[in-house]
Amino acid sequence: MSATGTTGLPAVSRAEYCVVACAEAWRDAGEVLASPMGTVPAIGARLAKLTFSPDLLLTDGEALLMADTPAVGERPGSVEGWLPFRRHLTLTATGRRHVMMGAAQLDRHGNQNISCVGDWSRPTRQLLGVRGAPVNTLNNPTSYWVPKHSTRVFVEHVDMVSGVGHDRAAAAGPSATRYHRLPGVITNLGVFDFETPDRVMRLRSLHPGVSLEQVTAATGFGLSVPDEVPFTREPTEPELRLIREVIDPKGLREHEVPA
Amino acid sequence: MTQDKTMTAEDVVGRLESGMTIGIGGWGSRRKPMALVRAVLRSDLTDLTVVSYGGPDVGLLAAAGKIRKLVAAFGTLDSIPLEPHFTAARQRGAFEMAELDEAMMMWGLTAGAQRLPFMPVRAGLGSDLMVVNPALRTVTSPYEDGEELVAAPALRLDAALVHLNRADAQGNGQYLGPDPYFDDLFCEAADQAYVSCERIVETADLLKGHGPQTLLVKRLFVDGVVETPNGAHFTSCVPDHDRDESFQRAYVRAARDPEAWPAFAARFLSGDEAAYQAAVTAFHLEEA
Repeated sequence: MSATGTTGLPAVSRAEYCVVACAEAWRDAGEVLASPMGTVPAIGARLAKLTFSPDLLLTDGEALLMADTPAVGERPGSVEGWLPFRRHLTLTATGRRHVMMGAAQLDRHGNQNISCVGDWSRPTRQLLGVRGAPVNTLNNPTSYWVPKHSTRVFVEHVDMVSGVGHDRAAAAGPSATRYHRLPGVITNLGVFDFETPDRVMRLRSLHPGVSLEQVTAATGFGLSVPDEVPFTREPTEPELRLIREVIDPKGLREHEVPA
Repeated sequence: MTQDKTMTAEDVVGRLESGMTIGIGGWGSRRKPMALVRAVLRSDLTDLTVVSYGGPDVGLLAAAGKIRKLVAAFGTLDSIPLEPHFTAARQRGAFEMAELDEAMMMWGLTAGAQRLPFMPVRAGLGSDLMVVNPALRTVTSPYEDGEELVAAPALRLDAALVHLNRADAQGNGQYLGPDPYFDDLFCEAADQAYVSCERIVETADLLKGHGPQTLLVKRLFVDGVVETPNGAHFTSCVPDHDRDESFQRAYVRAARDPEAWPAFAARFLSGDEAAYQAAVTAFHLEEA
């Protein structure tokens, strides 16, 4: 980080664009639980809470709702609520939550797989299992974070639909689509949404320094690309200071998204 | 005087039979009844159906060939995402699996406890859970909304094994950490339930310094109480002890390497619980 931008701070890293893009997922979310999975989403959720979405609720990663916003990995100074797993699962069904999950595989319709790779009955690579992806996607807004955008992740067909995409929700009927919402996908290369007539993955913005060719080459299906693709917005100077000095002083973000 | 239900881990195993459906409390690598699991590992029990928010309990039982069928939403060690014995067992097709969503499991256990056939849930619709569990059915709301929902089937257990911070000899179990997990639900969904704990205390001492909401498991659902200090090791049992991260890393290194596993098992799992705890102490002395 040698270059100096107009802010007077060292140049913005790719990880920091990712943090800001993740934070944007919780803009206008209101008074809901933000459930970030992964380091960059956790930093992003804290950034959103400390700036434009102050009403967000955040857990300590265990059973407590934090009254303050400590650095990632640090214990909260004070606690405002109790959310053990049983309450977390029932909160999901109330819809008052926006989760950002990871994805081992993701297709153009937003079907996500974290369960296993290969034939489910005897997988070539067993992963976590579906965990809460089915209940999340049917009940509250679910976004995805992919720290390494590649054709291994973005595939034509996922091997085990864990998180439900638009086509599968539509096929399953009105009870499946009623509260189904996939606001977007954030990767180390850009930001994506499903704002097309047929609800397929569309490039929304490129992180500065990333080319369209890079993204399409790293995506294993035909991506919807609008005529004009903006760059992901710049962090403001106060946001950069929050990320670097308050939320992630140890620079954990740079390990998840290396420069 | 209500009955004294204290017993040993071996007594618990003596009450179990091969082929049973056994629910295991805790979550991932958190407050697992590992001393009871280790007692099962030492026994001839086999052909088990295991219901668990899976952690090293599932991993060790799978590695020992004890599991015929696993009912779970995941297998994880939390600070290490993938449970190596669980992944290896799945990849060699070692057991049948009923993969469920985390919430479906909770409602399935609730139905089991409440003597209901199922609970309606939205979770599962549109996902491949409906494909890999061909027995899963939907149910249509009889009310005006007419919604079609998944009928999460009751998970009824022959036996439940849980580990708590404290209990009295009568089977009242107390958790002192931030999360009860689903241990009360496992006990209520089971025909027999066994509570291991860090320390058995007098009933009158349970609430010295703790609120009544810490009394998670009621004695009317409990058949046996076992005092097993450090019995959740290497999973966490806060505030009594955190997860033993360095031991968990050693477990994972060994479990990932078929050459290394027999030596690890011989060192830690060939003796009784006292031998296990002594070997763990020696492990940390060597590390220091």
